[in-house]
Amino acid sequence: MIKRLDDKDLRRQSRRQLLKLAPLAALGLFAFPKLSDRLVTEGVAFSDWVAGALFRRQHLARTFSNSEVAPFEKFPYNGYDELDPEVDLEKWTLTVEGDVQHPGEYTLAQVQALPKINQNTLHICVEGWDVVGAFGGTRISDFLTLVGANKSARFLEVECADDYYESLDMESVLHPQSLLCYEMYGQPLDRKHGAPLRLQMPTKLGYKQAKYIDTFRVSNVLKPGKTGYWEDQGYSWFGGV
Amino acid sequence: MANEDQKTTLPQPATPDLDTQPMTQAEAPPVPSESALSKPALTKKVDIVEVHSAEVAAVGVAPAQVPAPIPAQEKTSPDEDKKENKRGNKKDNEEKQPELVRAAYEHPLVIRVTHWLNAIVLFVMVTSGLRIFRAFPSFGPKIPQQDLIDIPKSLTLGGWLGGALQWHFTFMWLFGASGILYISYQLLSGHYRTVLFTPKDIPGVWPMMRHYFLFGVKPTGTAQYNPLQKLAYTSTVGFGALSLLTGVVMYKPVQFSWLAFLFGGFHLTRIWHFAAMCGFLAFIPGHLIMVALHGWSNFFSMLSGWKREPEYQE
Repeated sequence: MIKRLDDKDLRRQSRRQLLKLAPLAALGLFAFPKLSDRLVTEGVAFSDWVAGALFRRQHLARTFSNSEVAPFEKFPYNGYDELDPEVDLEKWTLTVEGDVQHPGEYTLAQVQALPKINQNTLHICVEGWDVVGAFGGTRISDFLTLVGANKSARFLEVECADDYYESLDMESVLHPQSLLCYEMYGQPLDRKHGAPLRLQMPTKLGYKQAKYIDTFRVSNVLKPGKTGYWEDQGYSWFGGV
Repeated sequence: MANEDQKTTLPQPATPDLDTQPMTQAEAPPVPSESALSKPALTKKVDIVEVHSAEVAAVGVAPAQVPAPIPAQEKTSPDEDKKENKRGNKKDNEEKQPELVRAAYEHPLVIRVTHWLNAIVLFVMVTSGLRIFRAFPSFGPKIPQQDLIDIPKSLTLGGWLGGALQWHFTFMWLFGASGILYISYQLLSGHYRTVLFTPKDIPGVWPMMRHYFLFGVKPTGTAQYNPLQKLAYTSTVGFGALSLLTGVVMYKPVQFSWLAFLFGGFHLTRIWHFAAMCGFLAFIPGHLIMVALHGWSNFFSMLSGWKREPEYQE
């Protein structure tokens, strides 16, 4: 609506309205790298908090028919450093510690003795690519039952033969599609895909699904700076999909 | 004409060196300035001056002091007439007749805040988004990967994938919040009527395009935004909604699997998300060029809300 105003009035009103935008200048804080590092870390923490609140254990990831699965040779090998840490498969055991009733060493045979799940699910990488693979293994929750883990603990920490490490929220760990995976495409896990045992969780991004795992620790506290190899450099800790 | 009226109420000719004399009301009745009247100003502005002069003339000149109307040409020489006019105008400006300006409060505070918030947020989202895209600049399968484009690092924000994701995951909340605030405000206040593109705007789009791209005649505007502007601004809301919804899918494709399904799956969603960014990238340069072409008053209105001398009539 067009009005007719005294020039002075118009200037005064314009100035007043302009000043109301001043709080936006607070965004200028992002221009200072020291502050912006903190702010974006907080932003990711907030996102993780929301993601954790949205997560539903009953909400299953889509599964695919065998014809939709990518051929084995098109399933990428991905690792942060070396693809084959030369695990001695004969002597390998999974060390279990922390808030569990039966800590100790567990063999692959003990894991394989638990009910086996086969699932064709989407593996999503933080980089943006995804691939449907065929995985076989046992539910992590079944294994945690076996070792007498306190399932109301908050975290499962994982250490790997290649010095990779991860930590996961218990809610996601107990998801029915979260597997201790020892098979891909009906074959024992090959060395580059994480032999003898890896995590396979279609509710998590690839970097959460540690390979060559050798230690499980059930805990309630994470050491700052030891939450995950990539997470400690800035990736989202929740890393859910 | 007011000019004629004024002339009929002129007093007896003043002394030639009137400028140096102390002035009284009787000596110097207000007269519209020659310059104000002859200035090639907007019709509206002339109207204002006319109204004002008549009013001041009525108030400022006591009937008893006004001599019987005498045809102006007989009483005063053209030169003196001019002088009188000048003096009268000066007095008006200083004491009674402030210069009125046509102005419109075009952009309420919420619109301005969300506009500038979005300018910053979009900059961050696009640059960090390009950095994220750089990690897998393809829409096909991972093996064999066919890179579509090599985005220069200098156009990106975050330094590496993880850093870019931090910016993206922080500013996405600001983007969503400002979008929701903007749309709710527009709907609740009814202000959306000024900017929402509707079917009745369709016929007006082509004449504006012809004006901008083919140097056609500029269609006369009667509203804040012309149909092409409405189309552009309404489209950006569409791009925003698309990028937000596809972003939700890419962020949580499993938790929002129903939404992923609506967009045709995770692969297609990535393409939609990229397309929404392309929409913004198509809009922004055009928007900036138009702002540059339309001058300071237009630009400043997005800061202060007030537009001085809007180019349209109501």
